[in-house]
Amino acid sequence: MNINITLVAQIIAFVVLVWLVSKYLWTPLSALMEARRQKIADGLSASERGKHELKLAQERSAEMLRETKEKANDIVAQANSRANQILEDARVNAKAEAERIVAQASAEIDREVNRAKEVLRTQVSTIAVTGAERILKREVTNKDHEAAMADLIAHI
Amino acid sequence: MATENTGGGSVEYIQHHLTNLSVGQGFWQLNIDTLIFSFLLGGLILFVAMKIGQNLRTETPGRFQNAVEGVLEFVDNQVKDSFGGKAPALIAPLALTILIWVWLMNFMDLIPIDLIPAIAHGLGVNYLKVVPTTDLNTPLAMALVVFMLTVYYNLKVKGFGGYIKMFLFHPFGKFFIPVNIIMTLIEELAKPISLGLRLFGNMFAGELVFMLIALLTLGATVSASLLIWFPLQVVLDLAWLIFHILVISLQAFIFMVLTIVYLGMAHIDADSH
Repeated sequence: MNINITLVAQIIAFVVLVWLVSKYLWTPLSALMEARRQKIADGLSASERGKHELKLAQERSAEMLRETKEKANDIVAQANSRANQILEDARVNAKAEAERIVAQASAEIDREVNRAKEVLRTQVSTIAVTGAERILKREVTNKDHEAAMADLIAHI
Repeated sequence: MATENTGGGSVEYIQHHLTNLSVGQGFWQLNIDTLIFSFLLGGLILFVAMKIGQNLRTETPGRFQNAVEGVLEFVDNQVKDSFGGKAPALIAPLALTILIWVWLMNFMDLIPIDLIPAIAHGLGVNYLKVVPTTDLNTPLAMALVVFMLTVYYNLKVKGFGGYIKMFLFHPFGKFFIPVNIIMTLIEELAKPISLGLRLFGNMFAGELVFMLIALLTLGATVSASLLIWFPLQVVLDLAWLIFHILVISLQAFIFMVLTIVYLGMAHIDADSH
């Protein structure tokens, strides 16, 4: 029960034991526990990040969908207006073509009429000369005839 | 009868049990039994530590690794509570070593008091004290190491001047410097002494009670009185044993906590007193 050299021996033993426990028990085990804590924290933050990313992706996809719909609507509207425009153009063209055809036809008619008139005039003058011949009972000379014809044509 | 026969025998029995197996005389006496048992228990700690260390698993810790991790975390929390999170790396392993080593040494008290000495007697060893903590040298050795660490950290944290200042101005301010020196000196010296003596006293007293209980039937012959003494002894022994489980754990815990607290106090700056 008295203090003796055992005290010194126990001091040394204690110091050595603390050192060994620190080296072989505390350090590896607490490093492992720290690693585990880190791992769990990493896992949790990763899942948090994943959740966040999922949310972002959902938002992005919704945004995309919305944009696509808008674009599709735009395209449809554009197509509609283009179709209207084409229709309008076609209508205008058709009208112009019709007018052109009508004008051509009326010009043709005019020309036909003029020609008919010409023919008629010639025939009328022939008839008139023939009539005059008959009345005069004599042969109008070729020369007279032509002169009279020209005179007549000019008067009609 | 038992009591009459053991009048001289009981004194001898107790003295025999309080004598260390030792070599040398006076100050140079070396208590071999204390050293053997404390070394064996220290070796046990290291053996277990190695055993666990061989297959440490982060993902699927075994049951035993879990238990050790629990103890380690418990100690770590104690240290963190006292130090506020930034303790030197030495403190926690020191506290852990104290907790398990002191507990294991105290635990030797729970082994039937005559068992190991009787075996040793059979092997030709006449004196054997099994519980290292009932040898004042062991608790005092640890207390002195703690004391030296306290001084070291005091000097490290407060600096030499700060440490001296603590002695000069600590309890009563600058007008009572002589009183302060004496008070602080007593306070500082009382820490390791009380730390060591508390553990020693508890364990020594506990062992003594076990001896007294064992004395009840020491040298008794088969007789009518044995019918009374033997059941009484069993009941008392069991009761004291169960109570002692609490005592040994409590003493180990107190030693650890006080170590942490003393070292924590060394880390508080002088100005914040």
